[in-house]
Amino acid sequence: MHTHIEQSDQPLVCLHDISFSYDGQPVLEDIDLHIEKGEYLGLLGPNGSGKSTLLKIILGLLSPIKGQVELFGTPLDKFTNWHKVGYIPQKATQLDSRFPITVKEVVGLNATDKTKVSEALAKVGMEKFSHRLIHELSGGQQQRVFIAKALAGGPELLLLDEPTVGIDSESQKEFYSLLENLHRSGLTIVLVSHDTEDIVREVSRIICVNKRLVCHVTPKEFIAGNYYDQLYGDDRKTIIHHHSHD
Amino acid sequence: MIEIFTYSFMVRAFIAGIVIGSIAPLIGTFLVARRFSLIADTLGHISLAGIALGLLLHINPIITALIASISVAILVEKIRHNRYISGETALAMLLSGGLALAIVLIGLASGFNVDLFSYLFGSITTVTNTDLILIVPLGLLVIVMVTVFYKQFLSIAFDEEGAKVSGIKVNFLNILLMVLTAVTVSLSIRIIGSLLIGALLVIPVTTASQIAKSFKQSLLLAIIFSLTSVVSGLFASFYLNLPAGGSIVVISLIIFVVTYLGKKSQ
Repeated sequence: MHTHIEQSDQPLVCLHDISFSYDGQPVLEDIDLHIEKGEYLGLLGPNGSGKSTLLKIILGLLSPIKGQVELFGTPLDKFTNWHKVGYIPQKATQLDSRFPITVKEVVGLNATDKTKVSEALAKVGMEKFSHRLIHELSGGQQQRVFIAKALAGGPELLLLDEPTVGIDSESQKEFYSLLENLHRSGLTIVLVSHDTEDIVREVSRIICVNKRLVCHVTPKEFIAGNYYDQLYGDDRKTIIHHHSHD
Repeated sequence: MIEIFTYSFMVRAFIAGIVIGSIAPLIGTFLVARRFSLIADTLGHISLAGIALGLLLHINPIITALIASISVAILVEKIRHNRYISGETALAMLLSGGLALAIVLIGLASGFNVDLFSYLFGSITTVTNTDLILIVPLGLLVIVMVTVFYKQFLSIAFDEEGAKVSGIKVNFLNILLMVLTAVTVSLSIRIIGSLLIGALLVIPVTTASQIAKSFKQSLLLAIIFSLTSVVSGLFASFYLNLPAGGSIVVISLIIFVVTYLGKKSQ
C-alpha cells in the first residue's frame, strides 16, 4: 500500500496530461502543469477557453477524461486535507439574494470557532461588518467576505474564479491589494480572469489556456512573447510551453 | 381546561400540529433559501398518490405516503444531480404525475372519496393514535437531523461547490435533506392536506426572511409564525367548523401581509 507523505518543497498542484471534454467536444487537451508553493498565478484565457474548467478539475469538481491530479503530493481521490484549499467560485453564492444571512454566519461556515471568524474578517478589513446582512453590502465588500470565508479554514492555496466581475474599479484596486498582502503572508494564489491588463500587473506568473496550455511565463515574458495576440487574436493554434523560472 | 382539550381528537390534532408546525419551517427555510420550494408541493401531490394507494390496499395511508414521497424525493435529487432535465421541469412533471396517479388510484376503487377529501385539505378529526406514533418520533428525528447537520445544510445552500471543496459530503446531505422534506410533507398531510402543505413550508419562512437579522433568527421566527398559524388554525377549525388546512394557511398569509405592511411603513 502506498502512503503519501506531504513535503513542504513539493508542488501544491500537479496536473499530468489532463484532458476534458463536454458532450464529446474537447474542452481541455494534454495539460501538464505544476503550481509551486508561494506562487501568485494568473490563469488567463478567452471566454470558453477552459480556464474555469481547469480550476474545477484541480478541485475535483469535474473529473478529467484523461490524466491525473495531485494536491499537496497526494492523488486527488486520496486527498482529504481540504482545509488547506480555499475556493471562491465565479458565483460565490446560490442563496436567494434577499435571504438574510450575516457576514459572521457566512465566514463561520468554514471556521471551526469564533476566533477564526474574527481573525479572517480582520485579515480582509471587514471586522466592523460582522453583524451586517450580506445583501446590504456592496459587490466589493461581499467579495472581501467571500475571501474571509475561504481564509477561515486556514488554507495554504487559494483559488479564485473571476473574482472582480461586477465590481467597480476602486474596489478592484483594493481587492488586488488585499490579494497581494495575502500572497506576501505566504498564501499561494491562483486567480482566474479574462482581465489581462490587471493580471499582468498583479501576479508573479501567468498561465494561458486556450483548450491547451499556451504559455506558463512571467508577466514580462508574457508581454515580450506577444501571447496576448495568440490568446485573443485569430490564430488560436499556437502551443508554446515555457518553463522559465524567476 | 378549555373545552377544546376535553376532546381527545383535538388533543391529538394539537400534538400533531405542534410537531408539524415546528418541522415544516425548519425544512422550509433551507428549501426557500435554495429557491427549491416547489419540491414541497410536488411531494405533497406524490404523497396524495401514496395515500390513495394506502386506502386502496387498506394500509395506514401515512406509511404509503412516506414510502411514495421518500422514493420520489430521492429520484428528484438524482435528476437534479445528473442534470438529465432541469430540476424545475422535473418537479413540474412529477407534481402533475403525482396528482394524475392519485386520481387513477381513486378511480380504481370508489367508496373512499369522503375520507380522501380530508387528505386533500386537512382535517382535525382524522389524526389517530397510530398516526401520532409515526408523527412524533419522525418529527423529532427531523429536528435532530437538522440540528446535527445545520452548518452543512447552510453551507450547501450558500455555495454547493464551495461546500464540496471544503470536504462536505454534499451528495449524501442533499439526499438527506430531500428525504427529510418528504417525511415532513407526508406527516403534515393529516392536518394541512396534500394541496396546502407547500404553503406551510414556504409562507412562514418568507415572512420571517423579511424581518430577520440573520439566518438563524429567520429560522426561529419562521417556527414562531408557523406554530402561531397552526395553533390558531386549529382553534378556528374547531370553533368555526372550518377545514384545518385552509384556516392555517389563511392565518399564515395574514401574518405575512401584516409583517410586509409593517416593514414597508418603517
